[in-house]
Amino acid sequence: MSGYRLDQGGLIDRADPLTFTFDGTEYQGFGGDSLASALMANGVDVVGRGFKYHRPRGVMSAGVEEGGAILTVGSGRFREPNVKAPVQPLYQGLVSSGQNAWPSVRRDVGRINDVMKRFLAAGFYYKTFFGVRGGTKDWMLFEKVIRRAAGMGRASRAPDPDRYETAHATCDLLVVGSGPAGLAAAKAAAGAGKDVILAEQDFTLGGSFLARSGGIEQAVAAIEGLRAAGVTIMPRTCVFGLYDGCVAGMIEQVSDDPGLHGVRQRTWVVRPREIVLATGAIEQPLAFGNNDCPGVMQAGAVSTYLNRYAVAPGKRAVIATTNDSAYAVAADLVTAGIPVTLIDARPSGPDAPEGVKVMHGTVPIRTTGSYVLEGVDVGPLAEDGYATVSRTLPCDLLAVSGGWTPVVHLTSHRGPKPVWNDTIHGFLAGSTTEPIRTCGAAAGIYAHDDCVASGQAAGTGDAGPQPEAGPHPAMPLYEIKTHGKKLKRFIDPQHDVTADDVRLAEREGFVSIEHNKRYTTLGMATDQGKVGNIIGIAIMADASGRTIAETGTTTFRPPYSPISIGALAGRGTYMHFRPVRRTPLHEWNLANGAVMTDAGLWKRPWYFPLEGESVDDAYIREMKAVRATVGLCDVSSLGKIMVQGPDAGDFLNRVYVNGFAKLPVGKARYGVMLRDDGMVYDDGTVWRMSDTDFLMTTTTANAAGVMAKLEELLQTRWPDLKVQLTSVSDQWAGIAVAGPKSRETLQAVTTDCDLSDAAFPFMGIREARIAGADVWIARISFSGERAFEVYVRGGAADAVMQALWDAARPLDGVLYGTEALGALRIEKGHVAGSELDGRTSLHDLGLGGMASSKKAFIGKAMMDREGMRDPDRLQLVGVAPVDASRRLRAGALLDTRTDLIDHGQGFITAVTDSPDLGHWIGLALVKGGLERWEGKEMTSYDPARDGNTAVRILSPHFFDPKGERMHG
Amino acid sequence: MSHYSVWSVLREGLRGQTGWDRAWRDPEPKSEYDVVIVGGGGHGLATAYYLAKNHGITNVAVVEKGWLGGGNTGRNTTIVRSNYVQPVSTQFYEHSVQLWENLSHDLNYNVMFSQRGQLGLFHTPAARDGQAKRVNTMRACGIDAELLNREQVQAMVPHLDYSGNARFPILGAVLQRRAGTARHDAVAWGFARAADRLGVDILQQTEVQGILREGGRVTGVETSRGTIRAKKVGVAVAGSTGHVMAMAGIERLPIESHKLQAFVSEPLKPLLDYVIGYGAPGAHFYISQSDKGGMVFGGDLDFYNSYAQRGNLPIVQDVAECAMAIMPCLGRVKLLRHWAGIMDMSMDGTHIMSKTPVEHLYMNAGWCSGGFKATPASGWHFADLIANDRPDDLTAAFSLDRFERGYVIDEKGMGPTPKLH
Amino acid sequence: MIRITCPFCGERDHSEFSYGGDATVAYPALDASVEDWNEAVYLRSNPRGPHKEYWHHLNGCRAWLIVERDTLTHEVGKVEFAHPGLRNAVRTSV
Repeated sequence: MSGYRLDQGGLIDRADPLTFTFDGTEYQGFGGDSLASALMANGVDVVGRGFKYHRPRGVMSAGVEEGGAILTVGSGRFREPNVKAPVQPLYQGLVSSGQNAWPSVRRDVGRINDVMKRFLAAGFYYKTFFGVRGGTKDWMLFEKVIRRAAGMGRASRAPDPDRYETAHATCDLLVVGSGPAGLAAAKAAAGAGKDVILAEQDFTLGGSFLARSGGIEQAVAAIEGLRAAGVTIMPRTCVFGLYDGCVAGMIEQVSDDPGLHGVRQRTWVVRPREIVLATGAIEQPLAFGNNDCPGVMQAGAVSTYLNRYAVAPGKRAVIATTNDSAYAVAADLVTAGIPVTLIDARPSGPDAPEGVKVMHGTVPIRTTGSYVLEGVDVGPLAEDGYATVSRTLPCDLLAVSGGWTPVVHLTSHRGPKPVWNDTIHGFLAGSTTEPIRTCGAAAGIYAHDDCVASGQAAGTGDAGPQPEAGPHPAMPLYEIKTHGKKLKRFIDPQHDVTADDVRLAEREGFVSIEHNKRYTTLGMATDQGKVGNIIGIAIMADASGRTIAETGTTTFRPPYSPISIGALAGRGTYMHFRPVRRTPLHEWNLANGAVMTDAGLWKRPWYFPLEGESVDDAYIREMKAVRATVGLCDVSSLGKIMVQGPDAGDFLNRVYVNGFAKLPVGKARYGVMLRDDGMVYDDGTVWRMSDTDFLMTTTTANAAGVMAKLEELLQTRWPDLKVQLTSVSDQWAGIAVAGPKSRETLQAVTTDCDLSDAAFPFMGIREARIAGADVWIARISFSGERAFEVYVRGGAADAVMQALWDAARPLDGVLYGTEALGALRIEKGHVAGSELDGRTSLHDLGLGGMASSKKAFIGKAMMDREGMRDPDRLQLVGVAPVDASRRLRAGALLDTRTDLIDHGQGFITAVTDSPDLGHWIGLALVKGGLERWEGKEMTSYDPARDGNTAVRILSPHFFDPKGERMHG
Repeated sequence: MSHYSVWSVLREGLRGQTGWDRAWRDPEPKSEYDVVIVGGGGHGLATAYYLAKNHGITNVAVVEKGWLGGGNTGRNTTIVRSNYVQPVSTQFYEHSVQLWENLSHDLNYNVMFSQRGQLGLFHTPAARDGQAKRVNTMRACGIDAELLNREQVQAMVPHLDYSGNARFPILGAVLQRRAGTARHDAVAWGFARAADRLGVDILQQTEVQGILREGGRVTGVETSRGTIRAKKVGVAVAGSTGHVMAMAGIERLPIESHKLQAFVSEPLKPLLDYVIGYGAPGAHFYISQSDKGGMVFGGDLDFYNSYAQRGNLPIVQDVAECAMAIMPCLGRVKLLRHWAGIMDMSMDGTHIMSKTPVEHLYMNAGWCSGGFKATPASGWHFADLIANDRPDDLTAAFSLDRFERGYVIDEKGMGPTPKLH
Repeated sequence: MIRITCPFCGERDHSEFSYGGDATVAYPALDASVEDWNEAVYLRSNPRGPHKEYWHHLNGCRAWLIVERDTLTHEVGKVEFAHPGLRNAVRTSV
C-alpha cells in the first residue's frame, strides 16, 4: 500500500496542518484526519504486527473494528496502549508508536514465529509446555516467555494523570448512531416533540454518509436540522452497553489533551424511555491466502478514506466482492484516478461502473508480496466451492467485501440472542419486549433510501421497511478453499486465528461455537469478533455439517468497544474512592495533636503523642492517665438511634437479649443483640429519657446495619408496634470522660447537674448544660473507671470538648485515642469488634447470663442448637505471658503443642501492654473456654511475627473484676 | 488416543495437524450407568475423573445441558489459593492446591497453573492482626504464607498506590507464593479428556429434566435424550442447584443464586506478576494478568438474587474505582469485556458437599465465589462421597444438615445473609 | 441498572436500595420452635423467574418495599410498601 493525499475534497481542513509522529518519525496531517488516514496519506504502510506470528499489518478498516492499525498513543504517563488508529482523531503533537514488535514494527524479530507457524496451531499450548518434572516449575519457565511474547501494547506504570467524571441524563429517546437511519430517527422523534439524545462514537457525525461521494453535504444539512430541533448531539460518545431498565452506559471523549484541570473522558449513565439503535453494519472479510497482508482493506473503508479524508489508500486497486456494495467503491476509485479491477464471486452483478474492469465468478486466492501487497492471485470459483489460480493481478490495494453484518451488540447485551437471517446472510437482533428499536443497516436494511425510511419509522415507533435481497443477491461466501498447499487464511487478524484453526478445533471436538471461540481465541481480541465472528461461525458450520443458524453465535458482552477503566471510575479515585467520615470533633482532634487512623470509613483519633512518642509510648501514657486522673476521648462514631413511641420498650425487649421494658426513666443499660441465627450481632447501651423515648447506641461498625435491621423488623415483621426510629449518629457528638477525676472534670464545667454518687449513680443519665450547650450525660464506663459519656449536638461539640479539656488539663488529664480505648477495654475484659466476629454466641463470650428467661428475643430460638452449645466451641478467656517480659500478639494461635499441624485450640483476639499489671495481656477464644483451661499453660503460636510464647489462660476480667472503681 | 507432549505437537506440526483425535468422544447415552453426574462443569467432570481414577468406577456419565465448562468454570477470574481460616476449609483448599500442582501432568493437559503468588493487601493495623492470624493458621496447617510489610510489598509490585493520596494506605500483605491462576477452560477440557480416556461418557447438549426415584432412592435421570438409569446420581450444578434439586423433591435449600461479575482488559505486555487481593473497608477487589495479557479482575456481587449472566453498571463502576484505587496506572487501560456468572451463595459462605434426604443422591453446591480453586479437591472428595456413600474426613463438615444443627462454617462471619459472603 | 418505582419517591436506580432477600419467608413468632426458625433463617426456594423480594430504600425514604422481580430477566413488576398500614393506605388512595 502506498497511500497519498488527494488534492481536493474530504472533510479535512487543509488550512489546519497538524504535526504528529509515528515511531519517532515526524509526519503532517490535517484537522479532521484520523491517525490512520494521516499515516496513510504519508504513505506509511506497516503500522502493526500480528499477535502470534508477528506478520506485518497495515490499516484494514476505517472504524472500531480495526484489526491491524492498533497503536500506542502518547508517551510516559500519558501512554495509552491499543488505540485503534482509524478512530483516533489527529491532534497537534500526537505521538504514536507501533506495538508488539522489537525493535520496531518495520523490522520485528518476532517474525521468526511466522516460520514456526506450522507448530503453533490452535490450542497447541494445552498440549505441551507443562514439562517433564512434576509440579508447575517447567510450565512457569515457559510461561515467562509466553507472557512476554503475548499481550499487545505496553501500559504505563505511572498513575494516569488525567481526570475523568461521571454524568447522568434522562431523555425520551436515545438514538445510537448518526448515519442516515440515526439522523432520520432523531429528526422524526424530535418532530414529534420528543426529548432526544443522539450519540455517535465517531469524532465526526454522519456515519455512512461520510463514506459516500456527496454524502458529507447531506450529513451536514441533516445535522443542522437536528440542532435546530433541539436534539442533544453527542459526538465521540460510545454507547458501550445497555443494562437493565434500558439504562445506557456511554463514554464521551471530552478532550485528547485536557490539561491540568480539564476532563479527558466522561461516563454517562443515561436513562432513556426508548432507544433506537442505528448502529450500522460492519463489512466482513473473506478468508483467502495471506489476506492479512498490508494493503488488504475493507472495501467500504476505501470509500471512507477517499471521500471523508481525501486519502487514496493505494495507486493500483483490485476489489474482491460478493455483493453490490463494492461497486460504488470502484466508482470512487475511478473518480480519484486510481485504476481498478473488480472481481465479483457471483456469476453476474450490477453494471460495471465506467472505467472499471469487472471479472465475474472470480475470487481472490492469495496475495503476493513478502512484506506489503504486490498483487493478488485470483481464479474462478468451482461448483464444489474450491478455487484455482488463473492469473495474478498486480495491485497495492486490495479492497475486500465479504458482505455486511449488522451491529446487534447492544440488543444482545439485554439478553436476546441474535437470529440468523438468510436474506441478508447475517445475524439480526433478537426480538425484545423492551422499548428498543433497530433500524437502518443495523436492521439489515442497506439501500440508502430504505435506511432513511427505516430510521424515520423507528423514530416514531412505526413499522418500517424490511430487509431485502435486491436484484443481485449477495453471495454467502466466507472461505476461499483451495487444493494443494495450505494457505494462511486469517479470520481474526488481531489474534492470528486462521480458517484451519477453526477446522482443527472442530476435529478435536470443540464444536460448540463457545468452545471454538475459547479454544482458538477467535473473537476475543480487541474488536470482540466484529470482523471474524461470522466467518468463524460459517467455517465451523461447514466443518461440522450444520447450518449457521444451528451453529449460532457467541454472546456479545459489553463494552461494545473497549473503554478506559479511568473513565468508568470517574471521580471515585484517590481520596474520593470512598467517603471519608469525620466526626464533629475531627478538626478539634487534629488541632490538639491527634494521629488519625481508619476505622471503616471513619477517621478516628488513634493516639495523641507528645513530642517524640511512639504509638506504644503514647497509648500507655494515655491509659495510665485514665486510670490515675481523667481522659477525654471522641466516641462520636458510635451509632446513635432514637427509639420512640408507646411500644419502644417492648420493641427493645424483642431486639436485645436482656430486658428493657422495665428500665427506669433516667437510667441506661448495656444490651446485646443477636442475629436471627443466634450469633451475637452488636452491643451498646440504651438510655431511657422518658416513658416513650430511648436512645440506643451501637458499635461504630454496625451503626448503619443495626438501623436498617430495626427498620426491617418494624416494617416487615412487627408492623403493629408503634415505634419511630431516627438515626442521630451524624447529628450528635459523643465524648467519653473517664477516670477517677472524671466527676471533678465534669463538675467544673456544669453547674446545673449534681454529679454525686447519690444523685447520679452508675448507669444514670442526666440532662445538663456545658459551655452553653444542652447535653445528655450518662454514667457509663467502658474502661472500668468511673466514667461518663457526654452527648451533644455536633455543632456545639468543639465548645463542649474544649471546656472539658480546659477542666481536665489542670487535673493532669489527657486526650486519648482508639488505641488506649481498646487497651482499657481489654484490661476490663469487655468484648469488642475482634470478639464480636459474627461467629461467637452469648455463651462463647461469657454473656449467657444476660439472656432473659422471661421473654423471647431475636435469636433466642436458635442460640441453643446442638452446635451452638458444643463444649468444643471457642470461648472467651484472658491470656498473659508466663514470662512477664514477653509481649503478646493478636492473631496468634493457641495450643498445648509447640508445633501445630492444624488450627489448634484457639487464638488471641486482642492484646495490650498493661501498665497496671506490668505485663502484656490479651483476650482469646479457646475451645472449652475457662472451664477447660483456666490457670493452664498454652503456647501462643505466631510464626507470622514472634514465634512461640508460653502463655497462661486466665479470667478475661484482668482489672478490678468486681467493678468497684466504676461504681464507687 | 493421542498423548500430548512436545513431540506430538512437533509431529503434528510437520504433518499439518491432521492426526489429532477428538479431545473427548461424543457418545450416545447408554440406558444405564453406575453413576450419573449432573453438570459438565469443572466440578462434575473432575468428579467423574476421580470416580474412574481413584475408585475404578468407569461406567459413569456426565450429563450437561449445554457445553462443557459453560457455567462458572468458564466465567471466573481463575484464582487458585488456600488461604482460608476456618477449620476444615483450610485443609480442603490446601488439598486442592496440592492437586492443582500436579494437575497438568495428571491429566496430560496443560491447565497452566501458574504459582505466581497471591498478595492479600491490608490497610489498617486491626486488619494486620487479622491477616497475621491467617498466616499463622496457614502455617499451622502446613501451608506457605508470609506476612509482608509495606516496603516488602512495594519491592514486589512497585506500581500500586503507595502515595499519600491513597484513600486507604497499603500497610502490608499476606503472601501465599504457591497461590496463582490457572486457565479456566483448560480445566474443564483437561478433566473431560482425561475422564473420557478412562471410559466416562460425556453427554453434552443433554438436559436433565427429572430425577427418578423409587421408595426414597434415586434410580436415574430423565433427560432431553431419554431416560438414563443410574445407581447413584451426583449433582454438581452450582448456580442452578435449586432448580435441579427441586426435581428430586428438595424444594428449599440454604442457597440463593447471585451473580458475580468478572472483567478483562485488552491484552497488555506484562504489567502485574502476582495476584492481588484488595480488602479495604467497604471494598472487595482482586486482579491478575492472564498469560494472554488481559488484566482479569472482579469485585463484589451485584447483591440481589439473579440467574441472569450479565451484570449492572453500579458494580462495573465500583470495580473500576477499586482498580484505580490500587493501580492508578490502569486509568488508560481499556476494559475489553465484562460478564457475570451465577453463584450458589450458601447461607454461611461455605460449600455443601453432602448426602441428601434422597438415598444415593448427592449434592455438591453452594460454592459461593470460591468454586474454581476448589475444582480438583471438589471432584476428589465428591467422588469419594459417591463411591463410599459416606463423607470422608475433609467432607463431613460440609454436610447439608450443618445449618439446622448449628455447625455453620462462616469464613467471613456475616451470618445467614448470602449476599454478604 | 434495575429501576424500582418506590411508592413514595418514584422511579429510582436500584443502587439507591439495599436488597433484603426473599419476601415470602414468614418469620415465626420469637418463641416459635427451632425447626420453624431454621426454615425461616436458612431455607430458600430461590426461584428462577418471578420472585417476591424485599428492597430497602436505604438512600431514599428508608421504606422497606416488596418488589416483584424476575430473577432471570430482572424485569420489575409490582412494588409495594412492606408495611401493611402504608400498603393499604396507598391502595385506598388509588
